[in-house]
Amino acid sequence: MDLLEHQGKSYFARFAIPVSTGGVAATVEEALDVADGAGYPVVVKAQVHVGGRGKAGGVRVVADRAEAEAAATAILGMSIKGHVVHTVLVEHATDIAEEYYASFTLDRAAKLHLGMLSAEGGVDIEQVAVDTPGAIARLPIDPVDGLSEALCRVWVAGAGLREEAVAGTVELLLALYRCFVEGDADLAEVNPLVLTTDGRVLALDAKVTLDDNAAFRHPEWKEYEGTQELDERERLAREKGLQYIGLDGSVGIIANGAGLAMSTLDVVNQAGGRPANFLDIGGGASAAVMANALEVINTDENVRAIFVNVFGGITRGEEVAKGIVEAMGRVELTSPLVVRLDGTNAAEGRAILARHESDRLQSRATMLDAARAAVELAGGGKG
Amino acid sequence: MAIFVDETTKVVVQGLTGSQGRFYGLRNRDYGTQVVAGTNPRKAGTDIEGIPVFATVGEAAAATGATASCIFIPAPGVFGAVLEAAEGGMELIVVITEGVPAQDEARLYNLLCRDFPGTRLLGPNCPGIITPDRCNIGITAGEIALGGGPVGIVSRSGTLTYQALYELQQAGIGVTTCVGIGGDPVPGTSFIDCLAAFEADSETSAVMLIGEIGGSAEEEAAEYIKAMMTKPVVAYVAGLTAPPGRRMGHAGAIVSGSKGTARAKIDALRAAGAQVAANPTEAGFLMAAVVAGL
Repeated sequence: MDLLEHQGKSYFARFAIPVSTGGVAATVEEALDVADGAGYPVVVKAQVHVGGRGKAGGVRVVADRAEAEAAATAILGMSIKGHVVHTVLVEHATDIAEEYYASFTLDRAAKLHLGMLSAEGGVDIEQVAVDTPGAIARLPIDPVDGLSEALCRVWVAGAGLREEAVAGTVELLLALYRCFVEGDADLAEVNPLVLTTDGRVLALDAKVTLDDNAAFRHPEWKEYEGTQELDERERLAREKGLQYIGLDGSVGIIANGAGLAMSTLDVVNQAGGRPANFLDIGGGASAAVMANALEVINTDENVRAIFVNVFGGITRGEEVAKGIVEAMGRVELTSPLVVRLDGTNAAEGRAILARHESDRLQSRATMLDAARAAVELAGGGKG
Repeated sequence: MAIFVDETTKVVVQGLTGSQGRFYGLRNRDYGTQVVAGTNPRKAGTDIEGIPVFATVGEAAAATGATASCIFIPAPGVFGAVLEAAEGGMELIVVITEGVPAQDEARLYNLLCRDFPGTRLLGPNCPGIITPDRCNIGITAGEIALGGGPVGIVSRSGTLTYQALYELQQAGIGVTTCVGIGGDPVPGTSFIDCLAAFEADSETSAVMLIGEIGGSAEEEAAEYIKAMMTKPVVAYVAGLTAPPGRRMGHAGAIVSGSKGTARAKIDALRAAGAQVAANPTEAGFLMAAVVAGL
């Protein structure tokens, strides 16, 4: 789960990571209340799940109340790369002396935690990584040992920060590491981490990605739910407990298992079609699950054909076939179905499908044949 | 031979008394696997259809000689269950459970490396391991696996593991061992661990590798194939046309660079000398040709 900046900062606050004075607002009036409390000048920042908000005019520094009103009025409701701004973060504008970059993430290749710290923050840090990789001090951390204060001091000393920033940065990084580990984040990133003209070290931005698998031990994450941006199809799928990602093609996809679902997208593309979605119904393929999946895909107006690609493992072919037939009875489908059923008892399953074969339900023996048939029904390569 | 497990492997199922553990534990036994024990501290002394239940893995191992464990315990309990199995002397710990927090996986992996170097962890979030006709630990349907070699399979994806087994079965090609390493961020066993074991296994003559987008495990496998493998490798990487995944801030981009896309993985595997198929069926055909030429 990706947190918005203001959520990330409230999460930071739980770990005593210093941030600017301010708060979130959903209306112009609220924004002005927060601005009055934070003290002018303030910065008004659009809260959206997408980068590049600065360039899009979603971040404004203003000197007084009148300007703050104009900024909040302009930013609330604006669209940034298709994301409508529902809230703004209003903070006291800090006088910045230096801008740094800091993050903790998991280095999957090394199977270790990785801290990154750079004196060249604020700017495009990814470009820094390419052009001058030496400008980023990388610290591999053994997850069993964790980040000790001594190790953190050595790391910060090697990053080339200004002397007066060192003590505050060490303290902030130790807190940020706790946020990363105890907070079960996949990513805890601060860009920029700033040294203010009056000598304080603050997190001026917050990018936090929480590990959804750890939600069971974080009841406090409840408050972040419901702010994730999903399209209608994705919202419906999530309610039904399905792994769904909306795409813009015309061939609806239902598969069991993420790998097989990805593979299904691949073969539809290879057959000259365009998938309308990614949908993983998980290991089993009961009638109830299948009906839910068909219902979600049915709401997609672009879909012209549906490709059901199921591999029977423990769930036997005949059970899968019965599930499909039963689900078709429950859902009024707007598009024809092409089913490829393989695996345990596939022959028995296909025999059941054959008895129900019609222009609404076809069965094919292989993934490639089924993909070709579905693409053809969807209008060929034009889809 | 085969790798990691065979007919002599004795298995304790952690969570045997739960619905999943019971269902798959008994299936594994029906397949012929030596499922000799289960654990549940509150049900020690009872049994599940003749399989004795002990309080801990250590007690189960002492009484039965089990050397492998299979974990069906819900995600919050996995960290403790793996440590219990390692302390109980298990040489192989297979974690089927999905949804284990990444921080737990990272700590577990490094903890086992340091304190239990003789213990192999497989998973979490994996289908398990099967040496057809001899041992099946986990949730793979034994019916779709043809035994006898000469192909070893290693896969990151559950259903594509089954697909690979099935494609080979349809082509009449046997499998030595099929290892599902799971697709989580920190798998206990890597592609490289399995490639090395297959390279050393006298019964295995060729390897099928099934990868997917994300991470850099396939790229690392490619480096290993290039440097160390004499046996032919046929690969398939799912997700060439998958929607772009979540981007993990700047840090993710800095760490992974251009790695992680299916294209990068396919290019790396081809450059390493592996044959890369466009889909699972083609992987089966390519492997059939490889086996015919052995």
